[in-house]
Amino acid sequence: MGTKFIISVIGMFLVTYIPRFMPVYGLTKIELPQAVKSFLEYVPVAVLSALLFPVIFIKDEKLFLDLSNVYLLSAIPTFIAAYFTRKLFTPVVVGIVSYVILSIYY
Amino acid sequence: MIVDSDVKKSINGVKSALPIVLGYLPIGFAYGLVGVKSGFTISQVVALSLFVYAGSAQFIAISLLSAGTSIVTLVSTIFIVNLRHFLYSTSLSQYMKYISRKHIPILSFFITDETYAVAVTDLQSNSEYTEGYFYQLFLTSYTACVFSSFLGAVSGSLIGGSINVGLDFALPAMYIVLLLMQISGYKKVFISIFSGFLSITLMFILPGNTNVIVAALIGAGMGVLLDKWVRNL
Repeated sequence: MGTKFIISVIGMFLVTYIPRFMPVYGLTKIELPQAVKSFLEYVPVAVLSALLFPVIFIKDEKLFLDLSNVYLLSAIPTFIAAYFTRKLFTPVVVGIVSYVILSIYY
Repeated sequence: MIVDSDVKKSINGVKSALPIVLGYLPIGFAYGLVGVKSGFTISQVVALSLFVYAGSAQFIAISLLSAGTSIVTLVSTIFIVNLRHFLYSTSLSQYMKYISRKHIPILSFFITDETYAVAVTDLQSNSEYTEGYFYQLFLTSYTACVFSSFLGAVSGSLIGGSINVGLDFALPAMYIVLLLMQISGYKKVFISIFSGFLSITLMFILPGNTNVIVAALIGAGMGVLLDKWVRNL
């Protein structure tokens, strides 16, 4: 294991553990302001979108809105499967299979 | 005299953990598979489950690490992604104050989206619980996550290179599904689109993968404003 990996894991452990530990140990007695609660509620949506959009819309540092964009095309059946099943595994399989089939055609 | 009251009947945490286990097994397996296929060793993949233990953050860590993101960017992104545990921990503190404080440093590590949701549901309707309940619930779920990611990683290293091409899409697919599970209401749809395209725009301006964390912070901040504006309408 590389040093960078080990440092990364320690860092990720700390920043994940501390927010889990502090409130329940009674280190933060303050009631969170509504704005902070609201902020935390939007974080997952914002992070996931910030990660996803560049992957499916960008290729070679350019906006790639085209019918030959396999990532974008595969996202459609994945999205539909996720919408109907509300589960993780099936839509991911649907996505991967669509991606493989589309990659063969393009 | 009431002798029976000494025998405290606690709710069974293992039983409560079963739905979580069913959910963690496929996710952990997929994570292990993707981790190995992204170039990590089995022990590295399992190490993330052991020490970070936070579903979506582990997928994000894998994709950022394999993209060569700097440690500072990686760790701050994970910090933001996992900050929601602060809310869960705050909420659980009202229940955990009845158990001995010496267990808290260990037990709090195991708070996840799923264990939190199950624990709160159980404890709202039950006042008869001990630290045993938390250990049962938490350790059963944790074992399922670690074990399934190990299985996925081993399977990934046994399967040849032929399925690599499909696994390129495993992470984006995972993001799509996790995103859809998070979205409820038009405000979140708006924040999703806003943060997504902001991230694309920032990608051309900012170095490394810092566009993700900056777009996420601005996007979530935008959500706060949206909540304020809409309430004031």
